[in-house]
Amino acid sequence: MNVSSRTKLIKRGAIWGFIVLELIFFSVAGQFLSLSETQFMDLDNMLLLLKQSAPIGIIALGMTVIMINGNIDLSVGAIFALCAIVMLDSQTWPIFAGLGETAIIPFAWGLALLTGMALGAINGLIVWKTGVDAFIVTLGAMLGYRGLVFMYNGEQPTFLLNWTLVDMIETSAFGLEVPAIVFIVMTFVIWFIMTRTVHGRNAYAVGDNREAAVNAGIRVGPHMLMNFVLIGFLTALSSIVFYSASGSVNPNDGELYELWAITAVVLGGTKLTGGSGSVINTLGGVIAIQLLRKGLGHIGADTETVNLVIGLILIAVLFLDRQLNIKGKGELRT
Amino acid sequence: MADERLDAIGKLLARQGILVAFVIFMIGFALLNDRFLAVDNVLGVVRSSAILGVMAIGVTFVVISGNLDLSVGSMMSFSTIVVLDLHDKIGPELAIPAMFLMTMALGAFIGLLVGYLKLNSLIVTLGMLSAIHGLTLTYSGGKNMDIADKEGTWFSVIGQGTALGIPVPILVFAALACLLAMVLAKTPFGRKVYAVGGNGVAATFSGIRRPRVVLATYLISSFCVAVAGLLQASRSMGSQNTVGQGLELEVLAAIILGGASLLGGSGTVFKTVIGVLILGFIQNGLLLVGLEFYVQYVVTWLIIILAVWLDIAAKRGRLLSPIA
Amino acid sequence: MSTQSPALRLEGIVKTFPGVRALDGVSFEVLPGEVHALLGENGAGKSTLMKVLAGMHQPNEGRIFIEGQQVTMRSPLEAKAKGVVLIHQELSLAEEMSVAENIYLGELPRKRFGLVDRKTLLDKAGAILKRLNCGFGPDATVGDLSIANKQMVEIARALTVDAKAVVFDEPTASLTDAEKVVLFDIIRDLRERGVGIVYISHRMEEIFTISDRISVLRDGSYRGTLITAETDEDEVTQLMIGRSLDLTRNHAHTDFGDVALEVRDLSCDSLFQDVSFQVRAGEVVGFYGLVGAGRTEIAETLFGLRTPSGGAIYLEGREVRITSPVQAIENGISLVPENRKEQGLVLGMNCRDNMTLPQVGDLTAGPFVSDGAEVAIFDLYRDKLEIKTPSWRQLVGNLSGGNQQKIVIGKWLSMHPKVLIVDEPTRGIDVGSKSEIHNLIRDLAKQGYAVIVISSEMPEVLHVSDRIIAMYHGRIMREFTSEEVTEDNLVQAISGISTNGDKAA
Repeated sequence: MNVSSRTKLIKRGAIWGFIVLELIFFSVAGQFLSLSETQFMDLDNMLLLLKQSAPIGIIALGMTVIMINGNIDLSVGAIFALCAIVMLDSQTWPIFAGLGETAIIPFAWGLALLTGMALGAINGLIVWKTGVDAFIVTLGAMLGYRGLVFMYNGEQPTFLLNWTLVDMIETSAFGLEVPAIVFIVMTFVIWFIMTRTVHGRNAYAVGDNREAAVNAGIRVGPHMLMNFVLIGFLTALSSIVFYSASGSVNPNDGELYELWAITAVVLGGTKLTGGSGSVINTLGGVIAIQLLRKGLGHIGADTETVNLVIGLILIAVLFLDRQLNIKGKGELRT
Repeated sequence: MADERLDAIGKLLARQGILVAFVIFMIGFALLNDRFLAVDNVLGVVRSSAILGVMAIGVTFVVISGNLDLSVGSMMSFSTIVVLDLHDKIGPELAIPAMFLMTMALGAFIGLLVGYLKLNSLIVTLGMLSAIHGLTLTYSGGKNMDIADKEGTWFSVIGQGTALGIPVPILVFAALACLLAMVLAKTPFGRKVYAVGGNGVAATFSGIRRPRVVLATYLISSFCVAVAGLLQASRSMGSQNTVGQGLELEVLAAIILGGASLLGGSGTVFKTVIGVLILGFIQNGLLLVGLEFYVQYVVTWLIIILAVWLDIAAKRGRLLSPIA
Repeated sequence: MSTQSPALRLEGIVKTFPGVRALDGVSFEVLPGEVHALLGENGAGKSTLMKVLAGMHQPNEGRIFIEGQQVTMRSPLEAKAKGVVLIHQELSLAEEMSVAENIYLGELPRKRFGLVDRKTLLDKAGAILKRLNCGFGPDATVGDLSIANKQMVEIARALTVDAKAVVFDEPTASLTDAEKVVLFDIIRDLRERGVGIVYISHRMEEIFTISDRISVLRDGSYRGTLITAETDEDEVTQLMIGRSLDLTRNHAHTDFGDVALEVRDLSCDSLFQDVSFQVRAGEVVGFYGLVGAGRTEIAETLFGLRTPSGGAIYLEGREVRITSPVQAIENGISLVPENRKEQGLVLGMNCRDNMTLPQVGDLTAGPFVSDGAEVAIFDLYRDKLEIKTPSWRQLVGNLSGGNQQKIVIGKWLSMHPKVLIVDEPTRGIDVGSKSEIHNLIRDLAKQGYAVIVISSEMPEVLHVSDRIIAMYHGRIMREFTSEEVTEDNLVQAISGISTNGDKAA
C-alpha cells in the first residue's frame, strides 16, 4: 500500500483506534485509581454507555449530514428543548382530553416530531431562499428558538409524568434499552441513506463543490431544506426518547448540545468544509466522548476535568489530522 | 439613467442599512414609550452593554483576520472568577494584573494554535470553550466566588463608579473602542489584519508575517475579555462561575449585525459598536414596552437574518438566492 | 466539410449586463465534425458567449440553433440534454467522490425508492472511460487523479449524452505535452464521430495544429472567420487587435552589470536538483519548461516559501539564507507570483493599499500609516506603468487582468529590489496588455534590474530574454543565449533531450 492510501486508512479508522486506546487506558488506570469495585469494561457499563450516548448521538447523526453538505446547525439545542415541551405539554391540551395515557402517546410524539421538522424546515427555507450562510441562520435560530422556549412557560420547568410512557422507554431488548436501540437503528438508517440513495450521494457533491452540483442539475436548495428537516426530525426523536423517561424539561435544557454534536462529528473525521464524512465514524466520535466521561469518572476525576480533557483532546485531534494531511511533496510555507 | 440613480440609492441604503434601521428602530421605540430616550435610560443601556461591547470589539479583530473565537464566553467567566478570587488573596492591585496575564496567556495559546500551527479556529476555540470552562470549574472548586469584604475595597469603583457623571464602564468601553478603532483603521498592523483576512496567501506573498498577526488578534481579543471580566467582577463583587456562558454567540451576533463578514477582510470597530448597541436597545425597548426579556431573543433572530439577508441581496443585486 | 446543417449556430446574440454590452450581435456556427477555434482578447466576449451556449446566461436578443432546430436553454442541464457541453477552465468536480459518481453527477441511475443503481453506474461509466483510453477505473477517487486525468473525467461527463457540440475552454492550460497529445487524440475522435467542436485558446501553435477554422471576437462583436489552412498568425492577430504584433527575437546586448544573483547546486527534494545559474544586473533570464519542470518551485525557494535541501544562494556575492518572504524582501528579492488573484492581490482591498502592502510598516508618521506617502507611491507607479483605474480607491478586484498584473508589478518595483522574479507575466492577459508588459520587462532590464522571467509561452520567452534556461523534470538541461536558441533546440531541451541528442534519464 502506498503512503497516501495508508494514511487514508489510518485517518478513516482513527477514531476506532482511539476508542480502543481509551478502553485500555481506563481499564488499566482503573485498577489503580478507581474507588469502585467493578471493572471498567463491564458489560453493563458499556450498555449503559450506549444509552447515555443516545441523546447527543442521535442529533450528531443529523449534524453529520448537515456538515457533509458544508453547512452547520447551531440551533439543535433549542429545538431539543422546544420539542420536549410540546411533547409533554400537549398531553394536557383539552383537545386530547378524552384519550387515556396510552392513546395520547402517538399524538404527543407526532406533534413533537412535527415541531422538530417544522423548525428545521424554517432554517432550511431561510438558507435556501435568502442565501444567508447556515452558520448565521442557525446562530439566529438558536437565539430565537430559545426565546420561544422561554415564551412558553417563562423560566419554569414543564413537567408531566406519564407512567405508560416511562415504562415504554425503559423497556429493553437484548439488554439494550430503547434509547440505545433507537440510536443504533437510526445510525444504520442514516448510513444507508448516505451511501445508497441518490439524495445521500448528492449530499457529498453539494458539500464538495456546490457550484458543480448546481450546474449538474442537482436542486441544491430543496436538497439542503430536506437535510435541515432531517436534523430537525432527529433532534425531535432524540428529545422524545430522552424526555419520555424524564418527564420534566427546564427551559435551559439542551444548552451546548450543538457544540457536543459538532465535536463528536469532527472527532469522527468529518470535515468542517463538507464533502466528506461518515455517520459510522460519528457514532465512533459520540462513543469516544462518552467513554471519556465515564472513564474519567471511573478513575476519580471530577466532572470539571472532563470538560478540560475533552477540549484538549479535540485540539489534539485537529493537530494530528493536520500532521497526517501534509502532502509528501512539501507544502509552501504560506 | 434615473433607474441607475435609484438603484445606487437603494444600494447605499442596503449597505448602510444597519445604521438606517437602527435610527428608524430607535425612533419607533421612542414613540412607543417616552422613557426610551431618557438620558438615564440610554446611559443604563450603554452601561449594561459595555461588558458585551468590550468583548465584541476585541473579537472583531479576530473575525476581520478571517478567524473565529468561540472561547470568549468561558474565558470571561474565567477572568471574572480569577480576579474575584485573587482579590481576596493578594489584593486588587496585584490581582488585576495577574488576571490579565492569565487570561492573555490563554489567548496566546489559542493564537499559537491557530496562527502558528494553522489549526481551524472554529474547532480550536470550540475545544477551548470546553477546556476553559473545565479550568474555571476546577479553579473555583465548583463554587461561586464572592469578595468577602465588599465595602473595604476600592475595587467596586471600576464596575459601579462614575466619573464626570458617566458610569466608569461606559468610559472604559468608549476609550477602548476609540483606541482599537484607531489601531485597526490607521496603523500598519490594522492594515495587515485586513490583508490576512482578505487573502491570507497573498498577505504572506507580500511579506506579512501571518502567524504573528493572527497571534496578535487573539491577544487583543483576550485582553478585551480580561477587561470585560474586570468590569463584571467589579460590578457584582461576586459571581457564578458560568457568568459568561453564551456570550460568545451574542458577541458574534453583534459583529454580524454590524455588517462584518465572517469570512474575513471586512468590518470595523465602529460597526461592531453599533451592533452591540442595537442588541442592547432591542432588549431595553422591548422591556419598556412591557414584553418579557426572552422576546428579545426572537426579535434578535429576525433582525440578524434580515440584516444579513439584505446586505447579501444588495451585493448580488437580487433579493432571493438564485440557487434553484 | 459539405454544406450540411451546422451542429450549432448562434445568430445575432446580444447579451448585456448592467452598464456593459458584453455581446453585440454575435453570429457564429460550428459544422459537424469541425474543430472551430474561437479567439479573442480578454474581455472580447468569448467567455460570455460560451456561457450563453452552455445555458448559464440567457441572451437578451438572438437565436440559437442546434442541428437546425431553434432552442432555448435555461440551465446547463438543459443545454446538455440538447447536446451542448462545455468543458470548463475551472474543473467542476467533486473531489471526494468517485469518478463514476462525478461522470453521472446529478443524473445518478436510480432504482426504486431513490436508491442508486450502482451496477448500472459503474458499467456505464466504465464503458465511457474505456472509449477514452483512460488509465483509471470508475471507482477511483477524483481527488487522487492528476489534473490531466481530472480533465478526462470532465470530458467523460460530456460523453454521457449524445453531444452535438462540445466546447473546450483553454483545455491545455495545465497539461504536459504528452497529455496534450492524448487530448488532441480525443478531440480528433470526437470530430470523426461528427461532433462539432469549439476550441477556445490563446495558444496559436495549438490552434494552428488542431483547428479547421478560426473565428475572432473583438470587444463583443464578431470580426471574421478564417480558414486555418489558408491563414497565418499575423492575419489572425490583426483581426484580434487590429495591428500586428512585434514578436521578433530580442537582440542581445552585452552591457550587463555585475552578478546580482548566483545559485549553486540548489536542490529541493524531488522538485528540483543541482540547479546552478547566474543573473546579472540589467539582464533578463528566461526559464522555460513544461508544467512540473520545477521553475516555479525554484522561484518559491528563492523567495523563502520553500526550504532547500541543499545548495546555496548568493546575492551580490554574499551568501544568504532565505527562510521567509520577509527575509527575501530584506535581501532585495521580489516575486510577482504565478496566480495574481490568489497569491498576488487582496481583491477586496483598493489599488493603493495593495500596492503598498509589503512596506506599509515603513510608510508611517508616528504610529499611523501616512496617507500621503502611500498615495505618492501609487501615483508614481500608476503613471510609470500606465495603470488604468478611475482612482486609487477602486477595488483591485474590479480591474482588468492586465491592470491587476501591473498593480502587482508596481507593488514590487516600489520595493526597489535587486532581483525581480516574474512568474508567468502575461497569463490570462489580452494581447495588447501583453506587449505592454513585455516592453516593461525589457525596460526594467535597461534600468539595471536583474530579472528572471518564468514562462510557458515560447514566443514570450524568446522575445523577452537575453538568456534562456531550459528545465526538464527539476534539472537544468541547457542554457541558451538569445542568438543560439531556436524553437527546435529549445523544445528538445525541455523535453529531456540533451545537447548530444540522448534523452535525459
